[in-house]
Amino acid sequence: MSTRSSRKAARLMLSPSVIVLLVWMIVPLAVTVWYSLLRYNLLRPERTGFIWFRNYTNFVASPAFLSSIVNTLILVVGVLVITVVLGILIALLIDRPIWGQGIVRILVISPFFIMPPVAALIWKNMFMNPTNGLFAEAAKFLGLPPFDFLGHAPLASITLMVAWQWLPFATLILLTALQSMSSEQIEAAEMDGANALNRFWFIVLPHLSRAITVVILIQTIFLLGVFAEILVTTNGGPGTASTTLTFLIYKEALLGFNAGTAAAGGVIAVILANIVAIFLMIAVGRNLDA
Amino acid sequence: MGRITLAGVTKRFGETEVIPPLDLEIADGEFVVFVGPSGCGKSTLLRLIAGLEDVSSGQVSIDGRDMTEAPPAQRGLAMVFQSYALYPHMSVRANIAFPLRMAGMDKAEQARRVEAAAEVLNLTAYLDRRPGQLSGGQRQRVAIGRAIVREPAAFLFDEPLSNLDAALRVGMRLEISELHKRLATTMVYVTHDQVEAMTMADKIVVLQAGRIEQVGSPLDLYHRPQNRFVAGFIGSPRMNFIEGPEAARHGAHVIGIRPEHVVVSQTEGPWKGRVTVTEHLGSDTYYHVHDTGLAEALTVRAPGDGMAAPGDEVWLQPDMDRIHRFDANGARI
Amino acid sequence: MARAVSIRRKSLNTFWAWLVALILFFPILWTVLTSFKPEAQAVASPPLFVDFDWTLQNYRDVQAQRAYFGYFWNSVVIALGSTGLGVLIGIPAAWSMAFVPGRHTRDLLMWMLSTKMMPAVGVLVPIYLIFRDLGLLDTRTGLVVVVMLMNLPIIIWMLYTYFKEIPGEILEAARMDGATLGKEILYVLTPMAVPGIASTLLLNIILAWNEAFWTLNLAVVKAAPLSKFISGFSSPEGLFYAKLSAASTMAIAPILILGWFSQKQLVRGLTFGAVK
Repeated sequence: MSTRSSRKAARLMLSPSVIVLLVWMIVPLAVTVWYSLLRYNLLRPERTGFIWFRNYTNFVASPAFLSSIVNTLILVVGVLVITVVLGILIALLIDRPIWGQGIVRILVISPFFIMPPVAALIWKNMFMNPTNGLFAEAAKFLGLPPFDFLGHAPLASITLMVAWQWLPFATLILLTALQSMSSEQIEAAEMDGANALNRFWFIVLPHLSRAITVVILIQTIFLLGVFAEILVTTNGGPGTASTTLTFLIYKEALLGFNAGTAAAGGVIAVILANIVAIFLMIAVGRNLDA
Repeated sequence: MGRITLAGVTKRFGETEVIPPLDLEIADGEFVVFVGPSGCGKSTLLRLIAGLEDVSSGQVSIDGRDMTEAPPAQRGLAMVFQSYALYPHMSVRANIAFPLRMAGMDKAEQARRVEAAAEVLNLTAYLDRRPGQLSGGQRQRVAIGRAIVREPAAFLFDEPLSNLDAALRVGMRLEISELHKRLATTMVYVTHDQVEAMTMADKIVVLQAGRIEQVGSPLDLYHRPQNRFVAGFIGSPRMNFIEGPEAARHGAHVIGIRPEHVVVSQTEGPWKGRVTVTEHLGSDTYYHVHDTGLAEALTVRAPGDGMAAPGDEVWLQPDMDRIHRFDANGARI
Repeated sequence: MARAVSIRRKSLNTFWAWLVALILFFPILWTVLTSFKPEAQAVASPPLFVDFDWTLQNYRDVQAQRAYFGYFWNSVVIALGSTGLGVLIGIPAAWSMAFVPGRHTRDLLMWMLSTKMMPAVGVLVPIYLIFRDLGLLDTRTGLVVVVMLMNLPIIIWMLYTYFKEIPGEILEAARMDGATLGKEILYVLTPMAVPGIASTLLLNIILAWNEAFWTLNLAVVKAAPLSKFISGFSSPEGLFYAKLSAASTMAIAPILILGWFSQKQLVRGLTFGAVK
């Protein structure tokens, strides 16, 4: 159903969205690339000049850079693994006949709706705090010394918080995928003599593969930008123990006022994100029915 | 008025030409059926007339006015879609009134016309229901109602009966024919079902690969198919085709004979074969005859219950006046 | 067909499912409970679950200290404004891609999604400076625009997948019936897509409400939404557990309730129809 006039109308109606997104993507990126080649400190605006790639070499050479990449990877992969594995298990559990499934669903999905800084503050103060937190209370009850989660395992603690927020999302998607599975398939496998483990491995898991790839795609989009959780808990510390790439650039820009270096970091982040994006789009894109 | 003229109309989708240059004249008040196998371009042709697709070149005119560039709304045509395309969120009344509302007609006149259409189509009792609450046949009627209220220059039907079950299909076929008699408005009807084409049309347009194979009245096509394709497409069961020496004997590359134009005998006839399958329809019996040495299998019709059984040897007597002869290109000789 | 399951089996399943659900929900429950405790009992050891002196004092304190409603109102404006604006420019775009697909429609959709992967921090400095120069820092207008741009790809994707399910023939019928493009969208497409548009609105309001990068970095006081409000409780104020809990409850309650209503559409919405 397309005529010249409808195609023209389509182009016209598509253009506002395309234009604003294009501007939103290109203008700041161009400015970032430009700044990244300049000597540019917000506190000393009089010192300017074109310095080619020195911002990049400075940014990459700083010891924080490599660790921030590693930290980002640990955070993203850690959350993905936790949410997908636990998500499958919980989805299998809820999918079985139970009383009050509706309420269980609502309870399980709730953490997804919690604003990131709120989630982080709750975990930081009321659970992980080494003197008054509930975990410390639990340790006391068991006769163990309290553990300073954010002090001694900052990255793992943040990973846990973020996983708590995203587990509901993964669970709900996997649950929906499970429910779309025909019981005849399972019954056929049963007739063919497959035991529960075989049925899960050969029938259920392949059926879930599409949902799993979608979970990975969507979560990665959001996880690469995790920010508030770090800001309100550890501020990237101690040292750089919980500084991700996002947070490193933020520190450089708004705490160090070094716009040039931050811009260089931004360009690097954009390039890395694009590599991940291309990879994901190829791997997962065909699972979205465009 | 509803005279539709296509002059040199073509349609390309990218590189593929789905309709090579095509001319067609549809007279006012005519019931024209486009028929052909799926993918023959019949629906595309209808959509070109409707204005839902652009022609790639050529001209579409309605009542002598060039409508090639006109949007669908301005062509004065109404269309009934295969899926009925009813507005699910509107009542039957609002569905039928929608084209009038779009035309800015006043409320009282809208109501009057909707009532009148509902009367004609036996929908009065359902006016306040939603399409989702109706049966397939009723939905079909609503779609027709939506088309007739506008008093269009012509109606376009895109396989309107293909979603109905067999019994309903026969009934709706009659209703549409009656509607055509009463309104005497041009109707262009697309179907892949040659029975629909034969029973409803004033004029049939047989299409294959976007090309018009033949235009003519139903009986014209039945008695004088212009080529082998039309001969094979029109008529059920299909015409038998015989190649080789038997055809050469008649001075043709291929000869065709319809199942109903062969007499089956258990004693004599020029052709002989063995019955493999019999199909009893009550009124007629169809025999599938193998081992004739003429073609893989011949289908022949015998009136009533027939008397041969599978495995029997039978003799076939074709009606020599009803043999169709075709040359190597499939054209009628 | 659901198979008959023994009561014992079902009870066992129910027990485990509820246990897991309650563990996941516990931090929220605990926060809400703590918000009603007097400050001293909030840090009691061992912890008190329900047998404490219930009070609303924390809510009053939080409101007195920080003028909750100002932040709340900013959150409402940003969430509704950005989502409304996004849907307004997203509907025509989604119509175009769903009903007049071209050779590049798929690429375009993928490109839009890929803009979501652009690390926001990568362009923080220029956006910050551009906003400063345009006088948009700490304004609701600025945040509405930025949050809209953040969510626009998701809005378009969601609308697109919902529109794709509407048969094109119905829109063609409207066209044959004499509807102009505007009327076709207004009278036929939009009413048919109401459920899809509603869940798009709902989900994006939630995402906008919880947005916590641009709101934290581009707002100071005047336009600051609840994400900023709550971040003010990071240490040392956060050690006042009861007050922190009250503030948290106030920040999350509206959207949590909205979320419960939207959870049915959440899956197909956020997976762009890939999982239904």
